[in-house]
Amino acid sequence: MSDLDDLYQEILLDHYRRPRNFGALPGADREVDGHNPLCGDRLHIAVRLEGDRLAEIRFEGSGCAISTASASMMTEAVRGLPVAAALSLADRFRALVMGDSPPAAAEELGELAALGGVRAFPMRVKCATLAWHALRSALTGDGARVSTE
Amino acid sequence: METTASNQAAETSFDAEAVRAEFPALTPGPGERGCAFLDNAATTQKPRAVLDALERAYVESYGAIGRGVYRWSAEATQHYEQARARVARFLGGAADEVVFVRGTTEAINLVAASWGGSRLRPGDEILVSGLEHHSNLVPWQLAAEATGARLAVAPIDERGEIELGEIERRLAAGKVRLVAVAHVSNALGTVVPVAEIATLAHAAGARLLVDGAQSVPHLPVDVAALGCDFFAFSGHKVYGPSGIGALWARRELLEAMPPWQGGGGMIREVGFERTTFADPPQRFEAGTPAGPEARALATALDWLERLGREAVAAHEAALLELARQRLAEVPGVRLVGSARRRASVVSFVLDGAHAHDVGTVLDAAGVAVRVGHHCAQPVMARFGVPATVRASFAAYSTAAEVEALARAVLRARALLVR
Repeated sequence: MSDLDDLYQEILLDHYRRPRNFGALPGADREVDGHNPLCGDRLHIAVRLEGDRLAEIRFEGSGCAISTASASMMTEAVRGLPVAAALSLADRFRALVMGDSPPAAAEELGELAALGGVRAFPMRVKCATLAWHALRSALTGDGARVSTE
Repeated sequence: METTASNQAAETSFDAEAVRAEFPALTPGPGERGCAFLDNAATTQKPRAVLDALERAYVESYGAIGRGVYRWSAEATQHYEQARARVARFLGGAADEVVFVRGTTEAINLVAASWGGSRLRPGDEILVSGLEHHSNLVPWQLAAEATGARLAVAPIDERGEIELGEIERRLAAGKVRLVAVAHVSNALGTVVPVAEIATLAHAAGARLLVDGAQSVPHLPVDVAALGCDFFAFSGHKVYGPSGIGALWARRELLEAMPPWQGGGGMIREVGFERTTFADPPQRFEAGTPAGPEARALATALDWLERLGREAVAAHEAALLELARQRLAEVPGVRLVGSARRRASVVSFVLDGAHAHDVGTVLDAAGVAVRVGHHCAQPVMARFGVPATVRASFAAYSTAAEVEALARAVLRARALLVR
């Protein structure tokens, strides 16, 4: 499989064309705007917490296939998780796309492992991490706006 | 060569392959894959002559410009001033009207800080167009903030052309002190009728600054014929080295302008109480000048003139029309901008795919284009797109590269759009 086919896997393109958990979240507890000034991608992440659990998460915005699919897959992966587990997943995801994680780690990431192909495209890593930056900011409450730059 | 447009590109006497052979970066080594470099609006590759000039300047007579009595310094100074005269001749101005700067961005910031800072008053207006690169927009916003002046914008129409009527209407109120426009749009390739705008601006008592970053590489330029007051361009976009560019300005304007940066080389006499400043252009060149870069820029201009600016323009125009035709044949491609006069640049979107994804697929196919907002977010907003794919041509571009671009866009469509 070429690097390009590895990047644009069918599952990624499916999330791009039919993003999951896309739209506004009425009654959200935390909302964060993520922006990549380099390419203009904008994502809005909204979460609702129940105690220490991430009960609901939705996103809106416009971006490339990688940032949109990454956000969509992220919402599926973290919904229902305790906040600490979501943050830990964010760390492991970051290691995956930065090429810092051991091969076995990809398997634990399930569907998210499909985004590992971005490793071969350094200019696109920020597309994959934008939604996760926004999520971290929403969960740790250190700002209503994050930027990749 | 199955189409008329291809034939047109081939029929010009211009030999792009021979031009290409002068560029080491465009000559793949054994076993290497060549690159269709179509990001020339961002920056250009360098011909051997320019690389040699740069090396000669550092090897044969390198020394501080205008600061030494030793031979190397004297020779370096002579080359630097010859380069200034060369730039002046290229633009149709006088040598003492040329200020060396790092590039177009610095030239515009110089005018905004020095001319704008000393001339603009609260209530004055600076008029820009909806086509501008951020570098011909943000410096004016800063100048407006510093002086209490206001930024006014002449919009562009659905073709991507500045509406001259809108310029006239905004000038009519008599508040505009300066009009600042691009000669050629970096995002759409629109050629702006700056000579007509100069006439309108002057009739209303306003000055005209022309951002020539995208016109100098592609069109014959004559500041006297254009009738502008300030003209800025970058060396690296016209086959020259990075870190060097020039501002041309009318002598009487430069003479009345205060310094914008203080330092060595721009003074007459310095005391703790009082400092007097050098005459233009040195007044605006604080710090050790980029001598070798200026010399290599002069070589780049020599090189381009030897090829013939008209011939290069005709070659690029033929490629541009071929590219527009080939891209329009790809289902789902929408060209952005359809100005009646255009140069070098074609901007497009592919329905169902983001420009960044298209760019990545193109790169994998060996086609280098720019994707994004091209530092022209207001242009993107006007056309309702977050980003476009932009291909831009130079003297060394070929019809084969255009065909490779069209094939790669088809591949992007097959991969990304279902």
